[in-house]
Amino acid sequence: MTGVRVLVGTRKGAFILTADGKRDSWTVNGPHFPGFELYHLKGSPVDPNRIYASQCSSWFGQLMQRSDDGGATWNAVGNQFPYDGVPGTHQWYDGTPHPWEFKRVWHLEPSLSDADVVYAGVEDAALFLSGDGGSTWTELSGLRKHGSGPNWTPGAGGMCLHTILIDPSNPDRMYIAISAAGTFRTEDGGQTWKAINQGLHSAHIPDPTAEVGHCVHHVTMHPSRPRTLFMQKHWDVMRSDDGGDRWREVSGNLPTDFGFVIDVHAHEPETVYVVPITSDAHHFVMEGKLRVYRSRSGGDEWEPLTKGLPQENCYVNVLRDAMAVDSLDECGVYFGTTGGQVYASPDGGDHWSAIVRDLPAVLSVEVQTLQ
Amino acid sequence: MSSPGVRVLLPSLLRDMIGAAGEITVDIAGPVTQASVIDTIEARYPMLRGTLRDGATRRRRALVRFYACEEDLSHAEPDAPLPDAVARGAEPFLVVGAIAGG
Repeated sequence: MTGVRVLVGTRKGAFILTADGKRDSWTVNGPHFPGFELYHLKGSPVDPNRIYASQCSSWFGQLMQRSDDGGATWNAVGNQFPYDGVPGTHQWYDGTPHPWEFKRVWHLEPSLSDADVVYAGVEDAALFLSGDGGSTWTELSGLRKHGSGPNWTPGAGGMCLHTILIDPSNPDRMYIAISAAGTFRTEDGGQTWKAINQGLHSAHIPDPTAEVGHCVHHVTMHPSRPRTLFMQKHWDVMRSDDGGDRWREVSGNLPTDFGFVIDVHAHEPETVYVVPITSDAHHFVMEGKLRVYRSRSGGDEWEPLTKGLPQENCYVNVLRDAMAVDSLDECGVYFGTTGGQVYASPDGGDHWSAIVRDLPAVLSVEVQTLQ
Repeated sequence: MSSPGVRVLLPSLLRDMIGAAGEITVDIAGPVTQASVIDTIEARYPMLRGTLRDGATRRRRALVRFYACEEDLSHAEPDAPLPDAVARGAEPFLVVGAIAGG
């Protein structure tokens, strides 16, 4: 029997939401790791019972967890993320040099072919790889040692590597994104990297079209078209059809093009979802209305999706890793808010309902489609 | 000299992780110091590695403090002997999450 498992990371623990293929009746399990920040949980596409989780605390640092039974039980795995060599400095918010310091793991990306292989994107920005199920981690330092590293700056959330995309047609090709450095591509499994930010325009940096310095909030792709990327930047929704070599803006008729999340429909590579946020100063939705916007044309033309979502007195945010889609025949779309609601649409965004309303602030949402 | 068992009270979040309802007792081979106590805790509970002190530098985490016998030992040398009352098990070694926010 098919079903879905929604992995929710929050400011104070993790929750696992499950339903059958109808997605109209949900079981809420948790909190797992109560009191800790769960920045991200993600399951292996090879073995859905294998789930990796990033657990952290301002007091007690970074912990890593692994489940081999679909989240029923967990085991702590390696939590040492040593930078390769002397990490040097990046720019601080005021442009002064600042030492590179490990703070937390923002994003986990399991391999498409091996359940024991997983990538971790961390703050201060770097990419790590584990080949032993998370027991040990090695930095893929070609990224941080890209010549532009000393010019990277933190975004408001910190200098985080928050997006890792693996090309299903060529696992040696990966894309990552950093706030606020931009997007990078490797063609050799992470040994060398190229900044791919041409076409981005960012008013907050001295040269708005610089090679690096762009505050990219999230990037997504459809697995059937791995050269087509969609980006939610600090401001601007962008699209590339050549693996990031060149970007063009597709914000179109969005009421605001500031936001964090962006995702693609599981079966329609030109159907894209965003949640516009008022501005960089006002990190909440516009006019008190929670609206997902959908484009069926790969951008430019967007329609608001509101059925079942609050349309008054709503002032939540949806953070960069807090939207996901399932791959059932009728694509389900899910997102979590800083107000603790997790919303689901079983019909591609036409209708929404809250799975759960009163969790701690949601940091991340991932979905596993179970067969 | 082996200690009769050092009593340690961890912060509640870490107690939850190891399933401890209250104090734990650790046997220390050799001098009873902050370092030897934490070494022993980390050996028994590997999931706590890096939570009390940085895994690489072994320096106390900024928001973790160490108290015993009504004294703040947070800034004592890691290899300095802990108070005799802690070594004898008469008083607990308190690991406290610093008050921050709220």
